[in-house]
Amino acid sequence: MRGYTDNEMMALSAGRLIKDGDIVFAGTGVSMLAATAAKRIYAPKAVVFFETGGIDPALEEIPMAVADLRVMSGTSLNSGLIEAFSIVGHRKLHTIAFLGAAQIDRYGNLNTTSLGDYWKPRTRFSGSGGACDVASFASGVITFMQHEKRRFVEKLDYLTSVGWYRGGDSRQRLGLPRGGSLAVVTNLGVLKFEEHSKKMFLAEYYPGVPLESIIENTGFSVDTSKAREAVPPSEEELRILREEVDPQKLIL
Amino acid sequence: MTLDEAVKRFIKDGCQLAIGGFTVTRNPMAVIFEIIRQKIKDIHLVCHSNGQALDVLIGAGAVRRLEIAYGGNGRYAPTCIRFKKAVQQGRIEFEDYSNYQMSLRFLAGSLNIPFITTKSGLGSDILNCEGFSKETRKDRKVARKKYVTMENPFSDEEADPVVLLPALNPDVALLHAQYVGDDGTVRIKGLTFADLEQAKAADIVIVTCEEIVPQSFIRLDPDQNSLPSFFVDAIVKVPYGAHPTACYAFYDYDPKHLNFYKRAAGDDSLFEEYLREWVYGVRSHEEYLEKIGIRQLQQIKANPVLGYAAGLDRK
Repeated sequence: MRGYTDNEMMALSAGRLIKDGDIVFAGTGVSMLAATAAKRIYAPKAVVFFETGGIDPALEEIPMAVADLRVMSGTSLNSGLIEAFSIVGHRKLHTIAFLGAAQIDRYGNLNTTSLGDYWKPRTRFSGSGGACDVASFASGVITFMQHEKRRFVEKLDYLTSVGWYRGGDSRQRLGLPRGGSLAVVTNLGVLKFEEHSKKMFLAEYYPGVPLESIIENTGFSVDTSKAREAVPPSEEELRILREEVDPQKLIL
Repeated sequence: MTLDEAVKRFIKDGCQLAIGGFTVTRNPMAVIFEIIRQKIKDIHLVCHSNGQALDVLIGAGAVRRLEIAYGGNGRYAPTCIRFKKAVQQGRIEFEDYSNYQMSLRFLAGSLNIPFITTKSGLGSDILNCEGFSKETRKDRKVARKKYVTMENPFSDEEADPVVLLPALNPDVALLHAQYVGDDGTVRIKGLTFADLEQAKAADIVIVTCEEIVPQSFIRLDPDQNSLPSFFVDAIVKVPYGAHPTACYAFYDYDPKHLNFYKRAAGDDSLFEEYLREWVYGVRSHEEYLEKIGIRQLQQIKANPVLGYAAGLDRK
């Protein structure tokens, strides 16, 4: 029996990718955990900010949405959407954005809009929000996904946010010179992208997760030959996550 | 002016409306409830990320047409429930943009320029799929095109495309602020979202507020102020006017009511009942607050130093 949950492993796996000096754009759900954990554990000099305009909040309590009053408390600055997006794409800053999605393809493109026909969808989701914007502008995107075949698909029903587009240098050729998808953090492992082809490959599998289950739950072929086992969460990482980041268990 | 008068005077059937706030925060709910009570129809809603106000308004059948970036309400509705139903059942005309795109469109409107440019959206289906029909595109207040892409005319580089987005000038913008001076100066505390761009882009601006304060107070620290009075057409004092959404430094979102709403919104007949009880069944926002009850209002009261209700059970 392992002593941690999927959400805990996901938040820590993503948090470990953040470095001091990174400017981190957080969304709702697990990304809120990951951003808070990153700052408390791995990169105290990272700055967390939100598309709503809250910059570097105290995060004494975890916000449950990007407009939560807790993203406005103890900030260095409270502003608005336009100011927030001027940060995301700023040429002087290294900005990392956490996103989530209903569907992802092998190049890290995301769907948060709808399933089925766009005009008469089988399922309608919230829509882009700021996801399309940060996917266009941020230095890198880390995406949280539930690892399921219906979510890892050959072709998205709707492309809301551009990752590596059609692979290779197709993203740059679209007119988006910087950014792209850095990593995909799932409940089974961490996937990254090949340097040239920009195809997704398995970088890490969580302890106890068989490679077959990752292959089975991915709706396109994925290279697992470079994968290594992820380092399990330490007691200290789990303690900070549980006692300091989300003691109310709002997201955990 | 009273809420009843402000809505009667300024909000017409078929008007284009922008709503302030963002998902669970500072939605001008009291005005929204009054719009529903007055049975205003065929609203063309233009928004970035409206949550509760959007959902109630759509659920009440007041919205015909929607330009939107995001319909969600945090953990209480990852996708706004009545919005989701209306789109899936084809009962509403909708057009998707992103948050930044919509904010820029309001900014363009506020600057009185016809369009504005960005790189956001290149390669995305936001540009490939057009929600509005050709017929809709002929209507008043609907841009003739969703967007245009062109090569950057100032660049020698090949393949340097930009997206041109049409400006928005809504008929009416609604916003809820913490303070308005008795000279009409508006002060929003916490995040302003795109409220100020929306207000400056609109023909008519209705502001509800928690408190009306003396001019001498609001001018003591003008750095804190958000809008001068000449942009504002109606001011109504409505304490708790954003409930069940939050208002920084005054009160948090109301988890109890939002969970109750979530259950109601998921079922057509329960939702009808919700409207009958909480909107049509009350004559004023005071009556609505009496039903919410003093105990709950005390629970969500914000710590004025932190700005939120510390330790509030938000599940």
